[in-house]
Amino acid sequence: MAYHRSVLDLIGNTPLVEVSELSPNPEARILLKLEGQNPGGSVKDRVALAMVEEAEKEGRLEKGATLIEPSSGNTGIGLAMVARVKGYKLNVVLPASVSPERRQALEVWGASIIESPGPEGSNGAVRLAERLHAENPEWVFLYQYANRANPRAHYEGTGPEIWRDCPEVTHFVAGLGTSGTLVGAGRFLKERNPKIQVWAVEPPAGENVDGLRSLDDGYIPPIFTELGGPEILDRKTIANPRDSIVWTRKLADVGIFAGISTGAAMAGAIRCAESVPSGVIVAISADGGWKYLSTGAWTDEIDVVVERAKRIIYF
Amino acid sequence: MTVEVRLPTVLRPHAGGATTVSAEGTTIGEVIESLVGRYPGMSGQVLTPEGSLHRFVNVYVNDDDVRYLDQLDTKVADGDTVSILPAVAGG
Ligand SMILES: Cc1ncc(COP(=O)(O)O)c(C=O)c1O
Repeated sequence: MAYHRSVLDLIGNTPLVEVSELSPNPEARILLKLEGQNPGGSVKDRVALAMVEEAEKEGRLEKGATLIEPSSGNTGIGLAMVARVKGYKLNVVLPASVSPERRQALEVWGASIIESPGPEGSNGAVRLAERLHAENPEWVFLYQYANRANPRAHYEGTGPEIWRDCPEVTHFVAGLGTSGTLVGAGRFLKERNPKIQVWAVEPPAGENVDGLRSLDDGYIPPIFTELGGPEILDRKTIANPRDSIVWTRKLADVGIFAGISTGAAMAGAIRCAESVPSGVIVAISADGGWKYLSTGAWTDEIDVVVERAKRIIYF
Repeated sequence: MTVEVRLPTVLRPHAGGATTVSAEGTTIGEVIESLVGRYPGMSGQVLTPEGSLHRFVNVYVNDDDVRYLDQLDTKVADGDTVSILPAVAGG
């Protein structure tokens, strides 16, 4: 009998798939690491499990404890799954501007949703979670933006898996949210081969955050600054919503059904491929397309979809 | 060189509400100088008193973050688009 004891054992060890047929440069290969294959559906399963196990080790999580976490979706979803399996309760502070499927997925595993104002984006969710935690100090706040178990999950998982499956890698491309993926896997890969270039791709997030009163209200994840993010990144580019949707669709043309942030990462990988004579580019596909069906990303008229995408958080 | 500068919501009031303005310069540093010269209200917002980029401001040339190019010395060409965006939480 071959089987796994727990769904949590299925986290990690995701496959790499070649998508070089989409590369503009015949000498630059592109491979996608499909994190949507994780049981909770995204790369954040790794982070959720690592943060919970770390808190258990430190004795911060008693039986039946309640967690609170600000998340635009995937970390909350991963935590909801892990918390269900391990018997914890979870409150997720979710910006109102996420796709309805993210909210539904949280409900699957019984998380409670606390809504933060959509126009304030993830910044608003972080602020509200901090306030709620101050009011309810018995809740355990894992705080993915400052929790070193987040990048460690990638330093010990994502990075080594890439190195094991593709030691030829010359460029590593990933979306930038909390920076956990880039800081953790990027550091691991550079320690193995300092020539590997690390490219971050971000959505034009600050464009839509109208709740910001002044630039002093800005936010940089503590893990990024504390763990040498600026030294690990070699390049950081914005992928606009149109390019992100266009590449999400092109991926479907080669059979890959991925989320919109994968389209953004792919747009970054394409820029990378255009700028190098040759190379092997490994890009992260953070999640599958399921949670974005309601945006019409694959089926509706592109201009309409782009306008919709500008109003939701897809990272 | 003339470039188009896209302003974030928080800076627009200093430019009479405009979303994009044009500015002159051969480097990002010069472009910001020309911008601040014209709209003095932006000065403390984009640069620190020491003249470096404000910690929570990201500046992009054609979607490339200048912190990972040559910072304020990053070259711009005629017709480039420069975007100024606040650093916000992602994920
Ligand atoms: C869909 C998606 N893409 C990309 C990211 C960015 O990953 P990270 O937080 O490791 O920077 C996230 C999470 O923040 C995400 O949910």
